[in-house]
Amino acid sequence: MIDNDILERVLAEGLRTGADFAEVFASDWRGTGVGLDDGKIEQLSTGRNRGAGIRVIAGETTGFAHTADLSEAGLMAAARVAAEAARQGGGGIKVVALTTQAARIVSPIKIDPSTIGKAAKVDLLRRVDDAARSAGGAITQVSAGYSDGRTRIVIANSDGLVAHDERVRTLLRVSAVANGDAGMQTGFDSLGHTMGFELFDKVQVEDVARAAAGRALTKLKARPAPSGSLPVVIKAGSGGVLFHEACGHGLEADLVAKGASVYRGKVGELVASPLVTLVDDGTMTHEWGAIAIDDEGHPSQYNVLIENGILTDYMWDYLRARKEGRPQSGNGRRQSYKDLPMVRMTNTYVLNGEENPADIIKDTANGVYVAHLGGGSVNTATGDFVFGMTEAYLIENGEITEPLREGNLIGNGPQVLRDIDRLGNDFAMGNPGTCGKDGQGVPVGDGQPTLRVKSMTIGGTAS
Amino acid sequence: MSSPDRSAELLVIAERVVAMAAPGEQVEAYVSRGLSTEIRVYEGEVEHFVSAQSESIGIRVIRDGRTGTSSCGTLDASEIAEVLAEARDNLGYGEPDEWAGLAEPDGVAVVPQSLWNDSLERTTTQRKIELAKLLEKLTLAGDSRIRVDDSNYSDAAGEAAVATTTGIRVAGRENGCYLSVGTLADDGNETQTGFGFAVGRNVDELDVERAAREAVDRATRLLGATKPDSRRVTVVLDPFVTAQFLSIIGGTLNGESVVKGRSLFAQRMGETVANSLLTLVDDPTNPLAYTATDIDGEGLAARRNVLIQDGVLSKFVQSSYSARRMGLPTTGNGSRGGSGAGCLALQILPGTRSQAEIVTGIDDGILIQQVQGLHSGVNSVSGDFSTGAAGLLIKNGTLGAPVREFTIASTLQRMLLDIAEVGGDLEWLPMSATGVSLVIHDVTMSGA
Repeated sequence: MIDNDILERVLAEGLRTGADFAEVFASDWRGTGVGLDDGKIEQLSTGRNRGAGIRVIAGETTGFAHTADLSEAGLMAAARVAAEAARQGGGGIKVVALTTQAARIVSPIKIDPSTIGKAAKVDLLRRVDDAARSAGGAITQVSAGYSDGRTRIVIANSDGLVAHDERVRTLLRVSAVANGDAGMQTGFDSLGHTMGFELFDKVQVEDVARAAAGRALTKLKARPAPSGSLPVVIKAGSGGVLFHEACGHGLEADLVAKGASVYRGKVGELVASPLVTLVDDGTMTHEWGAIAIDDEGHPSQYNVLIENGILTDYMWDYLRARKEGRPQSGNGRRQSYKDLPMVRMTNTYVLNGEENPADIIKDTANGVYVAHLGGGSVNTATGDFVFGMTEAYLIENGEITEPLREGNLIGNGPQVLRDIDRLGNDFAMGNPGTCGKDGQGVPVGDGQPTLRVKSMTIGGTAS
Repeated sequence: MSSPDRSAELLVIAERVVAMAAPGEQVEAYVSRGLSTEIRVYEGEVEHFVSAQSESIGIRVIRDGRTGTSSCGTLDASEIAEVLAEARDNLGYGEPDEWAGLAEPDGVAVVPQSLWNDSLERTTTQRKIELAKLLEKLTLAGDSRIRVDDSNYSDAAGEAAVATTTGIRVAGRENGCYLSVGTLADDGNETQTGFGFAVGRNVDELDVERAAREAVDRATRLLGATKPDSRRVTVVLDPFVTAQFLSIIGGTLNGESVVKGRSLFAQRMGETVANSLLTLVDDPTNPLAYTATDIDGEGLAARRNVLIQDGVLSKFVQSSYSARRMGLPTTGNGSRGGSGAGCLALQILPGTRSQAEIVTGIDDGILIQQVQGLHSGVNSVSGDFSTGAAGLLIKNGTLGAPVREFTIASTLQRMLLDIAEVGGDLEWLPMSATGVSLVIHDVTMSGA
């Protein structure tokens, strides 16, 4: 995308005002999106977005500028703006010599989606529409979206690093509406991987459509969710977002450094039930949050955050690692070339336990079984979190019984981690997610085996 | 010195694209350019300074009821030709929709807004940095238990133009600035968080003192909060909470959702859907609204629409597409690129009493000062509503102890009918809905 000699000159320009670090992050994204709604392919859209963000660090101050102009003149102009923004006075000339890193592949791509005709992508959605509508006569509306994107990336910095990467992601989303006597209900499901079009050789889109339709149909018969505190059993692969929200964000070193995390100063301490081992793993092949290198050029890693309940480490980006004089962990990510990198999760999951999941349900006299969670959010400083149950059932006398209408589940992260008292052996990854922080969204994955939390607050309306 | 309005140049680019329309084609071009600054201060020093420049073009082509779109993040002439070619190619894969089409000029006059302020352009970088530093300093000075997470100044200036083969030609520009601060309050046992903000068209409009005061207040007032017992209560929503709730209600009063069978109010036009105290309008022509605008995303005049009149459902907001499909006039609420319809500046017509007066009449209730997880807890199709919340207990007409880690739940349909009073304390907020204190009876609170 950009020659090394141009990158060297741009980085030198970034350092001219006396900064101690300069970085170029250039990307070129091309993608296709198809939307189906109301029985029709509504529109097919394609887009391209390319540009570069230039970061200059001088002492404690970071300057950042971005440009859509990838010519040398455009890059030099952005470098001057970033350098000016980070200006610390002084000034000097530093020579930058770049060494290109060997390419690293975490998720090999078989079929680049850009080589697949648009008609094949449209056809996937027609199949989704048919399958979802065939799932039951009560299904009255279906909307679905297909999208793929390929991003080529070059990262270079004044420490001499040059890294190239190519990222392909393919995503399918299905949402269905069912209409019954008690009004409308919705169901949603999605499928997303760092994989090419071969994804659809492995997974039948009809299964995704039926899962979404099934959720909407199930809820037609649902009763209001309970109100108050109850034991909660979370199905494998449906509650990883709980760990992402309830503790993952609190383990991001930038939040920890500012004292905005309940986990500050807790390394080496028991912060969760000894059953819990929590990992953030950017190397998990083909998962939605997988990356070969992070957006600062550091290789992705398998990082153990909590081991048998004990906090082992936080997640790190370049800036935080530099301040603490320790290695990065491959968690420096950004939404696009227009954004500054921050500490972000990749694929965050709880390792398998030993129990048969059926036993966990059988041993729960009364409670709630959560089979699908929607979005959530956390206040990292207090640990208080909230998320929506989009498919849930009552557990009565050790059996899953009636479906429940939607409601929020709330709790406090550190408390919930301690309250996990049963852990299954049926690990599964969940739906692809987009994690938001400081206005930037990045793709993330999550997963966990079936598990039980002794007590959580269910925000329903039934007494 | 101030820069001239260059949105006319963008209109020229958009018109050039539209002129390339082939016979039988409808073409829309939306061209925009923006410049923004973001400064973050931490412990008296600039932590980061971001200078961002962006431009983009989106093209929509409709032929024989089929739509294709394409976009690109640069305004290079060679790229624009490719974007148009892509959009044309893409429409071949769409299915014909007899209602597909671009907006047509409908003769409704534009209500001019002053969305641009030259003085913001002249503000020095130094002054912007000083404002963020001042906000941090004032916030820290407000209470000894307070720490500041980050203090931010940002501003943005944008120019945009829309042209269509149906005869729409509009261009304009807008700028504004924003201050925000995130706070942490510690009392030795626990930490709570808060935030404060200020918005203006120029830096002189930014109320730094108020932003600091609110950031201190939001964090400290929750210290020592406990989890309340589960029960049904009367809630008083703080204006900021009401505004968030209104945004969700607004999303259900949408012609696009109605025609696609996703609105819980689809068959209710002319019926009572809320307590008669409630009159809800969407009025982007009101210059007091932060989201005031002269045109909608399709280039039509923005206008005042009454959605609920004295509790009776009176109108859905429409894009040109949903209006055509429902056989109604558009309401000037189309989104950019034909991607739907949306409310622009919602407002409940205020009542008379202050929040303090309202509280004196409540025996057992909660003043809801913040909500968490509203986006995940509300299903705008079924109406199920459940959100995490924090606030103050109300006992025998007096505000009492802080409470947190509980949810309030109902359905949107019931909540609208259960409105018991609308406060007189209208508050303009930097979002597409206005705040006012709102009293709602019989809401389920889930806590301990």
